[in-house]
Amino acid sequence: MKGYLRADGRKGIRNIILVTYLVECAHHVARVIVNQSNNQNVQLIGFPGCYPNEYSLKIMEGLCTHPNVAGVLIVSLGCESFNREQLADTIKASGRSVETLVIQQAGGTKKTISAGVEHVSHLLKGAKNFELVPMDIGELTVGTICGGSDGTSGIGANPAVGHCFDQLIEKNATCIFEETGELIGCEQIMADRAITPDLGDEIMKSVEKAEQYYTTMGYGSFAPGNAEGGLTTQEEKSMGAYAKSGSSKIHGLIKPGDIPKQGGLYLMDVVPDGDPLYGFPNIVDSAEIVEMIASGSHLILFTTGRGSVVGSAISPVIKVCANPDTYRNLSEDMDINAGKVITGEANVQEVGDEIYQLVQKVAQGQQSKSEELGHQEFVLTYKKFEAIGPSCLPSTR
Amino acid sequence: MTDKRFVLLNMEDNIFVCCERVLAGVEVLLEDKLVKVNTNIDIGHKIARKILSPGEKIIKYGAAIGSATEAIGVGEHVHMHNVKSDYIPSHTRQNKTEDK
Repeated sequence: MKGYLRADGRKGIRNIILVTYLVECAHHVARVIVNQSNNQNVQLIGFPGCYPNEYSLKIMEGLCTHPNVAGVLIVSLGCESFNREQLADTIKASGRSVETLVIQQAGGTKKTISAGVEHVSHLLKGAKNFELVPMDIGELTVGTICGGSDGTSGIGANPAVGHCFDQLIEKNATCIFEETGELIGCEQIMADRAITPDLGDEIMKSVEKAEQYYTTMGYGSFAPGNAEGGLTTQEEKSMGAYAKSGSSKIHGLIKPGDIPKQGGLYLMDVVPDGDPLYGFPNIVDSAEIVEMIASGSHLILFTTGRGSVVGSAISPVIKVCANPDTYRNLSEDMDINAGKVITGEANVQEVGDEIYQLVQKVAQGQQSKSEELGHQEFVLTYKKFEAIGPSCLPSTR
Repeated sequence: MTDKRFVLLNMEDNIFVCCERVLAGVEVLLEDKLVKVNTNIDIGHKIARKILSPGEKIIKYGAAIGSATEAIGVGEHVHMHNVKSDYIPSHTRQNKTEDK
């Protein structure tokens, strides 16, 4: 296995040029630059709002200096609040090429687009300068999410991902699972798996926070499709979702954009701190995928029962389908048929091994289904977080 | 013996999970007893393994996933019409379970 060596020592499994808009007003220009560049390694991300937000700056910095990213073109309108200078400095300091175009200074839409297309072509040439070096499976960071869950998710797909996680962690890889709101009901068993009692307390608190936040918002993390697929309550969905974490000890509790410094299993707390301020904590799966990528995930294992088709910018998404009926219907979108567990054709370990093999292939450059189909979904909105406490990342293993 | 269309995930569970659609009126074997299923049961849905009383915890994966809101007979569909969350209400496209 090989990876693109970056200045901070991390290695990437893709070599992507990002075009990022810093406000919705620059979205169209950035999109046309990406479309005209017509290269799957040139990808669009961005932030819609005009008001400043520490969280979105932190996430954007994490994404633009992600190991899978080789260079960035920033597209600003000019009058928005996003701190484009700080973003550009962070990218430059990470040893990557960065160009900034400000539409109001560049002379408008057409001139910015043509300058942008030229910048992208230079950035693509520069991307070739990153050396491909040997990479160990233990250097991977893998995130997992479930979306469109149903009553089959917790039986086949989620435990199979858990089995894959156990194998990755044995090789010292970093694995991230998330959504404390979808772990309501599992807080005590998770806390018991923490490597220190203090970390266990932090995990308990994070789930309590999620329960309060969701209660105030009036909805749990529970969609109508979950109910149609046989799930009855939040805690039933949680128990199924929880199985993705496998059986390793939990090494830390991180927030979006925090990057674990050593291998192991990490829980990501995606629920904002303080009173509800900007709305739902996780408006859609893609927002959580983006947060796990900002924390360094090279690839994402996405389990689904009802059948989600999304992928992501920056990091490949591998689809693990739990429901055999859904697999038959949407097989072109699904990488792994975990429905075999339901039909009795395979057991959880066998499907878990299959996922582990595919993780290695995709890390070596094989395209996942969503990647091949051109899915590059991206969502980033407003949130507010406090920094994690000292007990959240115990340094001893 | 239990019909292969239903799976028991944990010995502690008081529900079975459906692995293949079963139509209303069909008789299925649940732990050596023949039980008639009264409604269509889709894949991923649950039926009762035991008689459940109102307030009794529903156990799946060996853990509580909610409480029965009415008496539920063996083989009966266990879902939002007769179970509520012990944490936070669920919702469908039409309403929240607490609004019923």
